[in-house]
Amino acid sequence: MIFVTVGAQMSFDRLIGWVDDWAESVGRDDLVAQIGPSDYVPQRLKVLPFLTPPEFRSRIAEADFVIAHAGMGSIIEALELATPIVVVPRLGSLGETRNDHQVATARRLTEEGLVLSAQSPEELAEQLAIVGTGGFRAHISDHAQTPLLNRLRGFAEA
Amino acid sequence: MSRKRKVLAVASGGGHWVQLRRIVPAFDGHDLSYVTINPNYRADVPNGRVFIVRDSTRWDRLGMAVLALQILWILVRIRPDVVVSTGAAPGCLAIILGRFLGCRTVWLDSIANVDEMSMSGRLVQRYSQLWLTQWSHLAAENGPEYAGRVF
Repeated sequence: MIFVTVGAQMSFDRLIGWVDDWAESVGRDDLVAQIGPSDYVPQRLKVLPFLTPPEFRSRIAEADFVIAHAGMGSIIEALELATPIVVVPRLGSLGETRNDHQVATARRLTEEGLVLSAQSPEELAEQLAIVGTGGFRAHISDHAQTPLLNRLRGFAEA
Repeated sequence: MSRKRKVLAVASGGGHWVQLRRIVPAFDGHDLSYVTINPNYRADVPNGRVFIVRDSTRWDRLGMAVLALQILWILVRIRPDVVVSTGAAPGCLAIILGRFLGCRTVWLDSIANVDEMSMSGRLVQRYSQLWLTQWSHLAAENGPEYAGRVF
């Protein structure tokens, strides 16, 4: 199963359309999607209603990989569960979010080897081919970096 | 261990909440309460009191007024020693109101803000005694401090 998510707050029909077309072209019909507040009716993707956090997490855990917007909620949950994730950043210029911060996030985290990312349907197909053959994996621990935890603890106890 | 502190940890939904979850181990052993926007998040933090507030954005004046009253009520009830937030609107208000009530305040800007501090972050700078970025290249004297990232 492939889990597709754009978060719960805003629609991201551009990504859903790309993924739907990709699923059609490769003949996959095991994709489930959280499409946010949207009326978009995909052909190949099964649309899920709102998911609670435990449901969201179990979908990610069960998925072969995740396709998502470059939102930190989706990225962190996937990394915690070691499920590979391919992200497409929302663009401020298209009104998909308020600014282009997701572009910078996607670029940085791709450089660090934590996610794969794409900015066109063609790039997305390439990245999905890589992740589909098991050619990408990343994982993080379940808490923040120790120096950050120590700084916060020190501040609270000062 | 030093005296137990009352810590109020505040985040809206999605990535803000997920990042908050990853820093609260810093306060193990202290008296932790949470403020967030979705009752479904209670399952993530079985050991703390969780207050649910209305979500809002800067552009929704009525929403912000309601949210401010909710946050103020929680602050008065809990009287936290420390207010910590990863954003967004509920965290801003908790930091500002908390500061006026004499709490010590920490803002951790989201790791999503790679190029500059968020608007919310800039808004609360002067109310935050610890003002943190998660990107070392943004750290500056008289600017945000970098101490590490949520991952």
